[in-house]
Amino acid sequence: MVAKFELNDDSVVVIIGTGAGGGVLANELAQKGIKVVALEAGGRYLPEDYINDEWDSFGQLAWLDARSTSGDWRVARDFSGLPAWIVKAVGGTTTHWAGASLRFQTHEFKAKTTYSEVQGANLLDWPIDLTEMEPWYEKAETKLGVTRTGDRTGLPGNTNFKVFEAGAKALGYKDVHTGRMAINSAEYDDRMACQQTGFCFQGCKWGAKWSAAYTDIPRGEATGNLEVRERAHVLKIEHDDSGKVTGVLYADKDGNQHLQKARIVCVVGNSIESPRLLLNSASAMFPDGLANSSGQVGRNYMRHMTGSVYAVFDKPVRMWRGTTMAGIIQDEARHDPSRGFVGGYELETLALGLPFMAAFLDPGGWGREFTTALDSYENMAGLWIVGEDMPQESNRITLNPDLKDQYGLPAPNVHFDDHPNDTAMRAHAYKQGMAVYDAVGATRTFPTPPYPSTHNLGTNRMSENARDGVVNKWGQTHDIANLFVSDGSQFTTGAAENPTLTIVALAIRQADHIAREMGAGNI
Amino acid sequence: MTVQTMRQGMTRRQLLSRTVATGATFVIGSGFIAGLDAAWAMETTALKPESMATLIQMARDIYPHDHVADEFYAIAVKGYDTAEAAPDIEAGIAALDAAARGKGHASYLDTGWERDRADILRAMEDSAFFQRIRGGLVTGLYNQKAVWPLFGYEGESYSQGGYIDRGFDDINWL
Repeated sequence: MVAKFELNDDSVVVIIGTGAGGGVLANELAQKGIKVVALEAGGRYLPEDYINDEWDSFGQLAWLDARSTSGDWRVARDFSGLPAWIVKAVGGTTTHWAGASLRFQTHEFKAKTTYSEVQGANLLDWPIDLTEMEPWYEKAETKLGVTRTGDRTGLPGNTNFKVFEAGAKALGYKDVHTGRMAINSAEYDDRMACQQTGFCFQGCKWGAKWSAAYTDIPRGEATGNLEVRERAHVLKIEHDDSGKVTGVLYADKDGNQHLQKARIVCVVGNSIESPRLLLNSASAMFPDGLANSSGQVGRNYMRHMTGSVYAVFDKPVRMWRGTTMAGIIQDEARHDPSRGFVGGYELETLALGLPFMAAFLDPGGWGREFTTALDSYENMAGLWIVGEDMPQESNRITLNPDLKDQYGLPAPNVHFDDHPNDTAMRAHAYKQGMAVYDAVGATRTFPTPPYPSTHNLGTNRMSENARDGVVNKWGQTHDIANLFVSDGSQFTTGAAENPTLTIVALAIRQADHIAREMGAGNI
Repeated sequence: MTVQTMRQGMTRRQLLSRTVATGATFVIGSGFIAGLDAAWAMETTALKPESMATLIQMARDIYPHDHVADEFYAIAVKGYDTAEAAPDIEAGIAALDAAARGKGHASYLDTGWERDRADILRAMEDSAFFQRIRGGLVTGLYNQKAVWPLFGYEGESYSQGGYIDRGFDDINWL
C-alpha cells in the first residue's frame, strides 16, 4: 500500500532527494512508523529500464540541468557545463555508483588533529569518530550486502583485475583484492549474484548491485508510510517567523508549483544542489540563505583527488568484461607525510567502453597520439585514483546570477582549484599507477585527467561548533532544529574512500536520531 | 539521409559516369561524393560535394584510424549537410583551404601528407570550426555501433547473460 499524503499535512517528514542518503533515510523512517513524503526531481527507472549503452544511459539518467564551472581544475575547461556526473532519478546516484563500499580510517575523522596545519586548507575534525560509527557501518554493510564484510565472500576477479593484481604484487603491494563491493558475490537479500556483465555505471540490469531504487524505496513504500513523488523538483524551503521550516515549494512534471507542508525537512540533493537550495531559500530573516549563520553553506566543496591510469599491452585484456570496479590496492591509503602530502589514496580498477574512452581518455586530444591509444583499446587495462582532497573555503557552490535553470532560478556555479596537496598526491598516484602496469609489461601508459565529479562532498559540513559548519553531529542544522542535511554535503573532510557507505551509515544513524527527537517532542 | 552502399544505390559504372571532378581520395560528383572503391556514396543537399569530401578528410585527420573505412567518417559528419549548418561549415572549409594554399598546396584535399594536413589543423585547433568538428566526432565517430567491433569492443552483454560464462576472467598471458 503506497501512502498518499495531503499537501497541507504538516505532520510529515519531507525528504528532498532519494539517493544513498535520502532513499535510505526515507525507508528507515518509514520502517519506524514515521510518515514521509520524498520529493525526487527525476523519474523512476528500474533494472528493466536501464540501458547498457554509455551515451544512451547518460541521456536517460544524468543530471543535466544548467550548471557552470570556474577555477583551475581541468573539468572546467573540458566539461564546463558538466561539473558532476550524477543522476537525476528515483534512487539518485545509487543507480550509477560502482558499488565500492569502504569504511573511513580512524585518522580520517580527525584530519585537523592528524595533519595539523596545512596552509590554505580549511581542515576540521569531524564531531564523530570511527568508534561511534562502527555499529552504523555494520548496519550499512548488512543493508548493502557488502562483499568481504560479515560472512560475504569477495567477487571473482575479471581480466582487468588480474592485470592490476599481477602488477600490484610485482610492485610489492600487499593489500590487493577484489574490493568490498555492494555487488552480490552470491544471492543476498532477494538480489541475485553478479553476472559479470559490465555497465555497472549504467544501472545494474540484474539488480546484483545495491541501489536504493529497487531496495529501500519500494520497501519503504510497502510500509504505507512513504510517498515518493517523482519529477518533483524542489525550488525553495519555507519557514515561519520563529525560524522553523514549515514546508517546501516544488514544481511537478508539468511545471505547476505546490507547497508541501512539513514537520521536518531533510535536504539530500547531493553536494551541489543541497547548498544551492539552501542559498536559493534566502529570506528577509535569513538573507544569506537557510542555516548559513556560519557562512559555510556551499563552501569546502570537495570532489576527491581523482584521476585514472590506462595502460596498453601487447596482448588483449578486454577490460570492459565483468564488474567495473571490483579491484583495489589499499597500500597507499595510509597517512604517510614522507610521500610529500597528507592523507592517502586508493587505486581501484575501472573500465570505460569505447565511446566513453574516446570522450575521457584525453579530453580535447586528437591526432595520431590519441588515436593510436584507442587503436589498442582491446589491449587496455585501467584504474581509477581516489584520494582525500583538501577542503578549501574558496572551493564552493555559489548562485550564478547570469545563468538560470528551467524554473528561472539561479543555477549553481562550481568553483574548484586544486590544493598543492591534491596536486602532489595526484602526481604520486599517477607514478604508482603507471608503475603497476609497467611491472607487467605495459607498452604505453596514460595518466588520464579527472572526469566530471562523481564524489561531491562537504558543502554543508558537520562541525562541533556552529561557527565552523552548517550541521551538527546528527546532520541537524545548527541554526534550524527541524532542518536536516542527509547527504555527502555533511562531510567535514573527504577521506580517501568512496563516500556512499558513509552516507548510508550516517542516514541510518540520522533516522534513529530523528525518530528519537520526534518521540521526545523536541522537533 | 543515410550513406548508401552501392548494393542499394548506383552501380560503379553509373557512379563513375556521373563523376565531374575527382579529388585525391574521393569521387566527387554533382550533388554526391563516393568512395574511390565505390563501396559507399553520399548525396549532399546543402554542402558542396567538395566541401563534404574535405570535411570527411578533416575528420580522418583529426581521428585517424587506418582500420576504419571512410564510410564511418562520412556518417560521422553527414549531419552538417543541412541548410542551417552549411554557411558556417562552408566558411570553415574555405578557411581550411586558404590555410592549405598558404602552405603551397592547391587545397586541403590536395595536401598529400597527413603530417602536413595535421600541421594545418594544429594551427587552427582553437577555432570554433575545428572544435565543433572535433567535438562532434567524439560521439559521431566512436558512438557508431558498427565501428565498435573494429576496436574489439563488444558493447552490451546483458542479452547474452553477461560474461560470467563467457570469459570475464579469460587472460592467459600474465
